Amino acid sequence: MGAPFLLLAAAWEAVALAGIFPAKLFPSLETVFATLADLLLEGILWAHTEGTLLRLVLGFVLAAGVGVVLGVLMGRFQVIEDLFLPAVSFAYPIPGLAYAPLFVLWFGLGDLPAVLLVGAASCFVIIINAWKGVKAVRPLWLRAAEAMGASEGQMFWKVIMPAALPYILTGLRLGLAQAWRILVVVEMLTAVEHGLGWMIFGAQEFLNTDVMLSGILVIGLVGLLLEKQVFERIERYTVVRWGMLTA
Amino acid sequence: MKAALLSRSFWRGAAGLLFLLALWEIFARSGLFTQALTPPLTSIAKVAWRITLDGSLPQNAAYTLARVLIGLSLACLVGIPIGMLMGRFRAAERFFLPLVSVLMPIPSLAWVPLFILWFGIGDVTTLLVVGYAATFPVIYNTWTGVRAVNPLWVRSALSMGAGQRELFRKVVLPGASPYVFTGVRLAFGRAWIAVIGGEMLANPAAGLGRAIFDAREFLDSEVMLASIIAIGVVGLAFERVVFQSIENRTIARWGMVSAAGAR
Repeated sequence: MGAPFLLLAAAWEAVALAGIFPAKLFPSLETVFATLADLLLEGILWAHTEGTLLRLVLGFVLAAGVGVVLGVLMGRFQVIEDLFLPAVSFAYPIPGLAYAPLFVLWFGLGDLPAVLLVGAASCFVIIINAWKGVKAVRPLWLRAAEAMGASEGQMFWKVIMPAALPYILTGLRLGLAQAWRILVVVEMLTAVEHGLGWMIFGAQEFLNTDVMLSGILVIGLVGLLLEKQVFERIERYTVVRWGMLTA
Repeated sequence: MKAALLSRSFWRGAAGLLFLLALWEIFARSGLFTQALTPPLTSIAKVAWRITLDGSLPQNAAYTLARVLIGLSLACLVGIPIGMLMGRFRAAERFFLPLVSVLMPIPSLAWVPLFILWFGIGDVTTLLVVGYAATFPVIYNTWTGVRAVNPLWVRSALSMGAGQRELFRKVVLPGASPYVFTGVRLAFGRAWIAVIGGEMLANPAAGLGRAIFDAREFLDSEVMLASIIAIGVVGLAFERVVFQSIENRTIARWGMVSAAGAR
C-alpha cells in the first residue's frame, strides 16, 4: 500500500534536488511538509478548510432541498413534469462553471455566488434522479396501495418515497461529488474570504508553490474522506435499501 | 397511437419551455434587474445571431471542442493501458490503485494555478487539466471492465490454445469494451466541465469559457448567455450524436451491449 507513494515521493525528491526546475517552482518535500505544518499550526489551513466545507455543505443542502422536492413533484404530477422537464434536461448538461462569471455579475463576489453556483451546479443531477425514481415506482404497488385504501399522504410516504429512495440517494451522491469537483474553482472565481481554492489561487501570485501543494494535499484528503466516509456510506445504505426492495 | 402520444408530450414540453421563457422575458423587461444584467430574449437572440455570423461563436466552440477531444485522447492513451494492466496483473493493480484512489478525489481544476506556474498560461495547462479530469474515469472503468470479463471466456480461449496476445485482442479487449466506452463517455462529461474552468483560469487564445469570462469585463451578459447556451448545445449534440453512433457501430455490433446489460 505504501510502496507506490514512497516511490513517487523518491522520484519527486530526486527531481526537486537535482535542480532541473527552480526550487521556488518545484519545492522539495521537506519544504512542502514544513509549510504544511506551519499553516496547520497557525490555524490558516483550518480557516480555509472550514470555509470550503461550510460552502460545500450550504451549496449541497440548497441543491438537495430544491432538487429532491422538484424532482419528486415532477415525478408525481404530469403538469409539473411538462413544465420543467424540457428546461431541466436542457440545463442538465451545461457545466455549472459556465455560469460563474454571470453569477458574479448578478450577485457580486464572495460567498453568496459561490454557494448559489455550487447549488445550481449540483441540483440538476439530483432533480433528474429523484424524478426517475418516482417514475420507476412499480405501478402494481401503487394500485395495490390504492386498492387497500391508502390515502394520498400514505401513498406518498409509505409507497412512493421508500421505492424512490435508492434513486434519490444516488442522485444525492452524484450531486455531492459534482459540488465538490467545482467548489474549488468556484472559490477561485468568486474571490471568497477563506477557502482552499482561494488559498491556492492567492499563493500563485507569490510563487508559493509549497502553499499550493499543501492546499492540493488537503483538498485530496478532504475528497478522499468524502469518498470513503460519505459516498460509500450512502452507497452501502442504498444497497441495503435495494436489498430490502428485492426481498 | 404511439405517434399521437409522442406529439402530445412534445407539445406539452414545448408549452412548458415557452412558459419558462415567457417568465424570463417578463422578469427581464420588468426592470427589477437592469437589462444589462438580465437581457430579454430578443437581445440574447440578436447577439447570438451576430456572433454566429461573424464567426466568433463557432470559432470559440471549435476551440473548446478541440481541447476536449485532445484532452480525451490523452486520457485514453494514458488511462486505457493503465486500466488494462491493473485489470490483468495483480502487481500493477497493487501499484496503481493507491495512487489512483488518492489522485482521483482531487478536482482537476485545483491544479490549474500550479500548472500555470509550471507550464505558463495557455493551451498546455488547459489541455493537461482536461486530460487529468478525463483520465480517472477511463482508468477506473477499464480496470473494472477487464475484471468483469467472463472468466469462462478467458479459460475457454486459453484451452483452445490462444496466446497471451490473441487472448488480449480477441477476448479481453472486446469483453471490456462496454465498460471502457462508459468510461470514455463519463470522461467526456468531466472534460467538458474542466475545459470551461481551464479556459477561464488559464487564458488560452480562444474558447467558450474564455469568451464568457472576457464578456464579464464588458458587462456583456448577452454574449455570456449565448455562449452558455452554445456550451449546452455542443455538449449535448456531441454526447447524443457522436457517442451514440460510435456505440452503435462498435459495441452493439460486436454484440457486447446486451452481454454487459445482463451481467
